[in-house]
Amino acid sequence: MEIKVLGPGCANCHKMEELVTTAVKELGIDAMVEKISDMQEIMRYTLSTPGLMVNGKLKHSGKPLPSLEKVKELIQAEA
Amino acid sequence: MLKDIASYMTYDLAKLDHGSRLADALNFFIYDTIKIFLLLAVIIFIVSVIRSYFPPEKTKRILSHKKECIGNILAAMLGIVTPFCSCSAVPLFIGFVEAGVPLGVTFSFLISSPMVNEVAVVLLWGMFGWKIAAIYLGTGLLVAMVGGFVIGKLKLEKWVEEYVYKFHSGQSREIMKQAFKERLAYAKWNTADILKRVWLFVVLAIGIGGFIHGYVPQDFLTHYAGNGNPFAVPVAVALGIPLYSNAAGVIPIVYALMEKGLSTGTVLAFMMAVTALSLPEMIILRKVLKLPLLAVFVGIMAVTITAVGYLFNAIL
Repeated sequence: MEIKVLGPGCANCHKMEELVTTAVKELGIDAMVEKISDMQEIMRYTLSTPGLMVNGKLKHSGKPLPSLEKVKELIQAEA
Repeated sequence: MLKDIASYMTYDLAKLDHGSRLADALNFFIYDTIKIFLLLAVIIFIVSVIRSYFPPEKTKRILSHKKECIGNILAAMLGIVTPFCSCSAVPLFIGFVEAGVPLGVTFSFLISSPMVNEVAVVLLWGMFGWKIAAIYLGTGLLVAMVGGFVIGKLKLEKWVEEYVYKFHSGQSREIMKQAFKERLAYAKWNTADILKRVWLFVVLAIGIGGFIHGYVPQDFLTHYAGNGNPFAVPVAVALGIPLYSNAAGVIPIVYALMEKGLSTGTVLAFMMAVTALSLPEMIILRKVLKLPLLAVFVGIMAVTITAVGYLFNAIL
């Protein structure tokens, strides 16, 4: 599974990354979490950061941040 | 109704004597807290539902290739409802420019979005009455329209970083369709999220109103920064620009200043300067704007906000 966190590096983006890493760990799934901070790349998918991509699909973007449970749900939906 | 609850809690639950200073303060505190949180919850919820219809992608589409003037007016108003946090400023700015939104119109949006929002308006309404809230809303929009319009007229496109114009994100992103039920769920979630972030500031502000009230001489600050001092407004604006806070965070300070005799125009100008302009935001915007444009932006904002402050000190 391929997971991408989209964000130029603001506080919310870091929080999102933490959430995703924790979710992956707790779910015990085999996934590659990649942080995308290149603006050109981010803008191909969304205008509102932070964004979450799972297997090439945009699952969340912007504020408010999803809860840990919600992140798990979003990831599992693609598993 | 609310008054009864507050009285019950003060005199029956806490068993305080009628008429004592502490009892009055507590009564006022409980009443205001309930009233303001009810207002906040209801209004944020309604605005969140409206907001779900205006994701940045849609706002961008509405504003693209709009004429100046009408574009500035629309952008300032869309700034109220389009969700946007300062870390999204860069992708948003590039996205707007790429979609052919005029520079000045983009600025109207960037100015209005952090400054004029439902939290600011509700808090002003709850603490100072609807008139002050309406004034803030109206002049905030005016500042965003005028500020953006002037920047547009100055033709400063050359001071936008070149790479912004070379951007081609390619395919246009589709806007996710949502059922009304999903919008309500989003609104509930967003309301809870905002309340979680602002409640402490709100309680603090009401606390200042309830407890410090009467303990510091009323005219303590009036002496230095009241209506009689012609420099009060520019000083308040100059202090507010580098300070960073969202609308909720600045409210306790606003309350204290107002309480201690600063005139309304001066305080509203201070609040606008704090919310609309900040050092962190400048650093983020520096990624897309060259220094001269950033300086012009800050300058125009300072002048417009100061003018608004003077205007209200003159009429109120």
